[in-house]
Amino acid sequence: MSLQPMNDNTKQNNPDIRSKIRVENFSAGYSKSLVLKNINLTINKNERLAIIGPAGSGKSTFLKSLNRLNDLNKEFFYNGKIFLDGVDIYSPQTDIPLLRRTVGIVYAVPAPLPGSIRANIAFGPKMAGIKDKARIEALIETSLKAAFLWEEVKDRLDTPAFNLSGGQQQRLCLARVLALKPQVLLLDEPCSGLDPISTAKIEEALAELKSQYSIVLVTNNIKQAARASDRTAFFLMGELVECDLTSKIFTNPSDQRTNDYVTGRFG
Amino acid sequence: MRLPPLITQRIAVALMWILAGVALSILAFIIVFIFYNGLPNLSWEFLTKEPRHMGREGGIFPMIVATAYITALGLSIASPIGLATAIYLTEYTEEGVIKNIIRFGADCLAGIPSIIFGLFGFVFFVITLGLGLSVISGALTLALMVLPTIIRTSEEAIRAVPQVYREVSFGLGSTKWQMITRVVLPSALPGIFTGIVLSAGRCISETAAVMLTAGSALSLPQSVFDSSRTLALHFYIMSREGISMQNAYQTAAILIIAILIINIFAYWLMRRFISRLSVS
Repeated sequence: MSLQPMNDNTKQNNPDIRSKIRVENFSAGYSKSLVLKNINLTINKNERLAIIGPAGSGKSTFLKSLNRLNDLNKEFFYNGKIFLDGVDIYSPQTDIPLLRRTVGIVYAVPAPLPGSIRANIAFGPKMAGIKDKARIEALIETSLKAAFLWEEVKDRLDTPAFNLSGGQQQRLCLARVLALKPQVLLLDEPCSGLDPISTAKIEEALAELKSQYSIVLVTNNIKQAARASDRTAFFLMGELVECDLTSKIFTNPSDQRTNDYVTGRFG
Repeated sequence: MRLPPLITQRIAVALMWILAGVALSILAFIIVFIFYNGLPNLSWEFLTKEPRHMGREGGIFPMIVATAYITALGLSIASPIGLATAIYLTEYTEEGVIKNIIRFGADCLAGIPSIIFGLFGFVFFVITLGLGLSVISGALTLALMVLPTIIRTSEEAIRAVPQVYREVSFGLGSTKWQMITRVVLPSALPGIFTGIVLSAGRCISETAAVMLTAGSALSLPQSVFDSSRTLALHFYIMSREGISMQNAYQTAAILIIAILIINIFAYWLMRRFISRLSVS
């Protein structure tokens, strides 16, 4: 799936066959304040990248830059490039709805739309123009299973999504994104409001999903980053301090600031 | 000297009960008074026959038809325009001077007495456009009159839809138009519908504006270009010109019943809609 089917020579821009998203010299902010400063980062296929850092270090802004959700904010500005499979997502030719289906996002606060569980999951595929009922039904089942929610809701798909518990709602939001058949999953502190059991279920789902997706997990919970990621990027004051294998970041980081943060000396 | 808080509270609650009771009993008194005078002699014939001798005898069938006709036509003109304006104001324009001017204008229009709208309708639709005293002139005038109400209530209803729904919809790959039609409007519909029902009530009970634009013909309107008399205007003429107080009260009773039915129907429809939304 390419966002710009017309453009064939873009593949040669891709230096690494494993890379899914490449961020180059990317700076961004709102109105007059600069939130992200010259970020360079590659997100690989089939990896779970955790992004950690204190509040206000630009983690969410970075995440929302990857599928252009920041565009909704009129004061947003950016500089630099972000490539998805070698194609610049900020080019004017980008099909933005398609980009957001390819790079799906789960928000910090579970936000079901009004309507049933079934309607919530069918929403994305319907917006994409899928009309075949059997296909949508199949998507609903596979997505809910992948989000570890199917067993709990299979008998009440037509009940309002608001009736689910917080943890279930968040897994519904995950399933809703999976139904879009994305290639990259963005998770913005998906477990910040959840109890440990719900958190464990989401992490379990993410471990399974890794085989099919690139996962970017923003988290305030350092332990979660250590548990549920392959590589970890540490953001501080809008800068990417370092990005390395999670095991290295948590045992032997190159930067003193990373060490201070993961050992709990600040943040 | 200050009274103890518990006593103040009791006095306040008692006072509120009394004042609310006064408000409700005035309403009840009006309805009972009209029904007491209008209902006892109400007959099937009164509802289904044409008036005779200027309304001294016979029924009010043409007035019922004309009222429904003008109201339905007026609302079907005003609702799409009002809704489109509200969507434009909430989803497509930035907050700013122009938007505030549009809003201020709508609020001013909403406060203009209906006789002024009637006069405008008479000059513009009836004479300049040559539509004559007719159902269509009346409907267009009423449409102008209720447009601000529909715009403002729809705007408030759309604005009340949580911002997070919009962001979620975009995040799931919808276009802006899909977001508006599939997420925002369904959530705002009960509020939008309330505005339209309020407008229906105003159309049905409007007298001055339709007198100047739809005229007061007693016969059944055959097309939108025929003059016709609405229930409220019929009541006015019956009582003001002393033709028949009996028939005036009966007409008023029908008018009140019609408005009650519309409100009950609207609440029923709204509840059904809300429950359908939360299940489907």
